[in-house]
Amino acid sequence: MELKVKQVQRVDGAKEALYLPAIFGGLRLTVSHFWRNLFGAKDVVTVSYPEEKRHVSERWRGRHRLTRLDNGFLSCVACYMCETVCPSECIHIEAGEHPDLSVEKYPVVFDIDELRCVFCGLCVEACPKDAIRMDTGVISMAYTSRHTFDFTRDLLRDSYDPKSHSNTKYEDNDLPSPKDQTEALPNSLGVPAT
Amino acid sequence: MEILLEIIMIPAVLAIIKIVVIVLLFALPLGTFLTLMERKWSAMIQDRVGPNRANIGNFTGHGIMHLAADGLKSIFKEDTMPKGADGFLYLIAPFFGLIAAVATFAIIPIAGPIGDFTFQVTDIEPGLLFIFAITSLSVYGAVLAGTSSNSKFALLGGTRASAQMISYEVFMGLALMGIFMVYGTTRVSGIVDGQNEYWFGSLIPMWGVFTQPLGFVLFFTALVAETKRAPFDAPEGESEIVAGYFLEYSGMRWSAFMLAEYVALVGVASLITTLFFGGYHVPWLHLWESAPQWLVTILQIIKFSVFTLFFCWFQIQLRWTVPKFRFDQTMALGWKKLLPLSLINLFVTAFVILAFA
Repeated sequence: MELKVKQVQRVDGAKEALYLPAIFGGLRLTVSHFWRNLFGAKDVVTVSYPEEKRHVSERWRGRHRLTRLDNGFLSCVACYMCETVCPSECIHIEAGEHPDLSVEKYPVVFDIDELRCVFCGLCVEACPKDAIRMDTGVISMAYTSRHTFDFTRDLLRDSYDPKSHSNTKYEDNDLPSPKDQTEALPNSLGVPAT
Repeated sequence: MEILLEIIMIPAVLAIIKIVVIVLLFALPLGTFLTLMERKWSAMIQDRVGPNRANIGNFTGHGIMHLAADGLKSIFKEDTMPKGADGFLYLIAPFFGLIAAVATFAIIPIAGPIGDFTFQVTDIEPGLLFIFAITSLSVYGAVLAGTSSNSKFALLGGTRASAQMISYEVFMGLALMGIFMVYGTTRVSGIVDGQNEYWFGSLIPMWGVFTQPLGFVLFFTALVAETKRAPFDAPEGESEIVAGYFLEYSGMRWSAFMLAEYVALVGVASLITTLFFGGYHVPWLHLWESAPQWLVTILQIIKFSVFTLFFCWFQIQLRWTVPKFRFDQTMALGWKKLLPLSLINLFVTAFVILAFA
């Protein structure tokens, strides 16, 4: 392939040495921008983040959620696929026997340490039951304590409402406080939320 | 009531009242306002939003609360002094620039006189020489701050500031010499009145910018260099010497430098208005002979303020348009181009005056 060389004509001479034509050329540009933005910020592309949010693609790998079956049970069968494939080892599963014999296993504990997670999406690909997804549209998690980043099973399950499918519908303060999380942990069986 | 009026009419008291009104109610608030406006306007130029977060409750006022926030922050910040700094000079340096910037307003008339009462702090005979004296004093702030900070960057900034001041002071004087020659006086009120004459009947006002177009460009360039703003901001030189001469300052003393810069900006704008754009004289107002005096005065104040504001805006616009000169380019431009140009301007002016007047 032939190398393309673009010859730039170097501007020189009296007109350049005067500076003024170049300065007024520049001023014409900046003043036009200033003038357009003076009334209504027409060219401004800034998103005022906390108040307005950018559109997030359907494929964006956001915070995880555990999907549920039609009858409200968790889809997860505690097969450990995601925990095995996870490169940052942030998933912790403990299996238990499900009251419904046809289901066999369910996760008694399903914790994701979101601080360790690298959002690679391998857990979603590994899952044979489509039980874990990253389609919540939550693009940033900012909390003040480390404890808050340990997402337990019920938090992952309940904080997503599959009935209203739309992106960026969570406010971060909709999440249960850490206190509610620990209380929800011991006697939850993955049964439909009441 | 009459005693009060008599007290007010004592020249010293009157001068103090004028200083308070012109400086504390016009120059300083406008300078403070411009610190915010520079940020907002530069944001508009660059398609950004600019500061808009400081608030009281839900009120942000499009960023106006940042003025209060910045002020509070500066007051409560620690006033640091580097080890080995020259204590006394270090502490007083910020106020040299501020005082020099404020002193410019001593000779600027903001409206025409009503009888004996002038809208000007003092109308001294060598008015323009006073401008030279004051603008060259303003560099002391930078030089003192640079030398007393015990910091190499600050010293470099101070040196650059003094070198730049010396080179641009020369042709600033020469550029104004044309104004002396055209209007035949150094008294500022005389120059302003001289610009109220008209060419071709009453078609074109004899503003300084029309009688001395080259002088205007030169003077404006020199003043921009004196205020150490872009494209002549080598003394601050963020990309080379961090912040230049006020690098070591913090808190309210740093704010004094910033305020001095913006008050100087207002001073430049009002000087340009006064010397080159007819001062307070509203053009073609003499055609309306039955205009009441109070309306004329108000129109004059409005005209002066609008032009001053326009040139404040123009300087800010210029700063966000042109790239910075390298320091040797600054020197070369000053000595090799603008100084000969100002001499040519002087020569041509003298020739025209001799030939046609």
